[in-house]
Amino acid sequence: MSQNLSRRSALKAGAFGVGAAVLPTLSAFAAPDTVAQTNAAMKKYTGGKVPMKGKIKLDLPQIAENGNTVPMGVSVDSPMTPASYVKEVRVFVSKNPLPIAVTFLFTPESGAAKASTHIRLAATQDVIAVAKMSDGTFYSDTKNCKVTIGGCGG
Amino acid sequence: MLSRREFAQVAASTVGLLGLGSMRALAQQKLTQADLLNFKSVGNVTLVHVTDIHAQLLPIYFREPSENYGVGADKGQPPHITGKDYLAHFGIPAGSPNAYALTCDGFENLARTYGKIGGLDRAATVIKAIRAERGDKVLLLDGGDTLQGSWGSLQSKGQDMLDCMALLKPDAMTAHWEFTYGEARVKDIVKNLAYPFLAMNVHDAQWGDPIFKPQVMLERGGVKIAILGQAFPFCPIAHPRYMMADWSFGIHEAGVQKQVDAARKAGAGLVVLLSHNGYDVDKKLAGRVKGLDVVLTGHTHDSMPSVQKVGKTLMIATGSSGKFVSRLDLDVQNGEIKSFAFKLIPMFADVIAPDAEMAAKIAEVRKPYVEKLTTVLGTTESLLYRRGNFNGTMDDLICQALLEERDAEIALSPGFRWGTSLISGQNITFEDIANETAITYPACYRNTMSGAQLKGVLEDVADNLFNPDPYYQQGGDMVRVGGLGYTIDISKPMGGRISNMEILKTGKPIDAAATYTIAGWASVQKGVQGPAVWDVVAAHLQKHKNVKLAPNRSVKVLGI
Repeated sequence: MSQNLSRRSALKAGAFGVGAAVLPTLSAFAAPDTVAQTNAAMKKYTGGKVPMKGKIKLDLPQIAENGNTVPMGVSVDSPMTPASYVKEVRVFVSKNPLPIAVTFLFTPESGAAKASTHIRLAATQDVIAVAKMSDGTFYSDTKNCKVTIGGCGG
Repeated sequence: MLSRREFAQVAASTVGLLGLGSMRALAQQKLTQADLLNFKSVGNVTLVHVTDIHAQLLPIYFREPSENYGVGADKGQPPHITGKDYLAHFGIPAGSPNAYALTCDGFENLARTYGKIGGLDRAATVIKAIRAERGDKVLLLDGGDTLQGSWGSLQSKGQDMLDCMALLKPDAMTAHWEFTYGEARVKDIVKNLAYPFLAMNVHDAQWGDPIFKPQVMLERGGVKIAILGQAFPFCPIAHPRYMMADWSFGIHEAGVQKQVDAARKAGAGLVVLLSHNGYDVDKKLAGRVKGLDVVLTGHTHDSMPSVQKVGKTLMIATGSSGKFVSRLDLDVQNGEIKSFAFKLIPMFADVIAPDAEMAAKIAEVRKPYVEKLTTVLGTTESLLYRRGNFNGTMDDLICQALLEERDAEIALSPGFRWGTSLISGQNITFEDIANETAITYPACYRNTMSGAQLKGVLEDVADNLFNPDPYYQQGGDMVRVGGLGYTIDISKPMGGRISNMEILKTGKPIDAAATYTIAGWASVQKGVQGPAVWDVVAAHLQKHKNVKLAPNRSVKVLGI
């Protein structure tokens, strides 16, 4: 792109926060088939079952301060006994190149089905946490996280 | 009551007969310091609020917006009313001192009539008078954006303002632009501050530990008052993240509730939120958090002549740039506000006597820079102002400078809400340009963007301003554009607001796939290279000493 520029001193300028990777509307970074890809991955995980609402809670900021490292946490309401426990929580993302952000595995010995980490979000998107219970049922919680290029604060 | 036109005519003919000086003298005879201070006191507590002074130590002109649109539930609600609608809503006569201080209606004429507003020495006079009257009932609270917005504050990293504010002896402050001096400087400021720096919503980015004091309990008039501080929630997004890399911000509604509950448990009879959230964010927050008695809101620079109520919570908005001091008297009994009285006091600089001690301190802190500050770069034949949702004439001047000095097709300039106004006939000094541009990331970039990227930028910034959920509103105005025209429908969702983008010079539509040369400043990216924006504007004024700007019609606004 630099051959268009007449002034060398400005070549490396980053523009108005316009590193391509943080532009949410760039089609290259939000390819239309990522949503389909995510849906397919979720379907594969649940064996086609539609997850129920409730039991699982996903914590995620409304707006990411840094899309490269977004804090997230999941917790599932479960007695965590051999008779009834959470086996797995898988976190899906709708607009990243890869549909699964993280998988947490639990056993009754885990004591509580609770975990947190940081994930990378390429654009504003839905994050869906799906819990697989020991009885074969699934529960999900969805949050949208906005990844912005940064406005101009007053 | 005179209509605006009648007033203008009267003003014009009076000016013709008496000359400008006499006209001002006439207006000022009617308005006295005693009038401005006149207040029927109530109860056992007085809250005095200043906010968003933006380092304006001297009296200034500041035109309030003509465009300040609300969306969703806030459409058409205060503060999203301007001009004559604002006057009608609050019952303010056109042409009156308050009409001049609070609206854009007849601004230039009234500016000539009533003169400049502000000056920290005038604020000092008013605050001293309130303290003299109310004694130990008074709390002075600073909502932040105090230490940034002028050349002196930029050069001294806010020390000039700190030295002056020390004389006012605030009881607490919170912050926003203060963070753009970097974490080390903020820590240094907090360490040396004689009063608490409150920010319950700032945490360690890695571990979530609180960085600052969340609240302070102070007793006034026999009432235990909890002051909760809320810093601007979007610092690492609206500004370069590297300046505050280890800190995380956010609104943290549940955290606010926790602090309110803790304050009540500790025996607070009055809970006050000293906030830099912005008006609509605070309005939503006040409606969802239980137990906030008073919200002193800041950030969005709205000035309200009366108390706004959200349920039982009283909301006070004290404007910007040192134009106002708010006084709220409260009768607090058994943890409840029984009655209150309020006045938003405009600092009419020709009416209020400057406080000698503060005036001397202001002169002292300005001394190192005064020669540079008073350098005349040009004159203006047009009213120059920034505040408003879309391009102001001051931004048109900056964009023109960017286009010409940086040889670009399109200019982008940030929609800050601070930046003073100049009326026609005034000299443009270096200080005036610094008042629009004095930030710690001033480099002018020049690069290329595709039409699609450019639309992405406009859509992104528009969503920070017009998202119907206030918790997504970051509180800046729309990015200003030069060389570019567009239509915006503020009622549409993100991605669908911007259309009809065109190069103004040729009328050619912007092609999503084509590449355009863009000049701008205030990039949040690291390592941006280029000259400082004030030098670019100064160089432009060297070549075009006489500024005359036609009204900007390049942005068409729909959905209002």
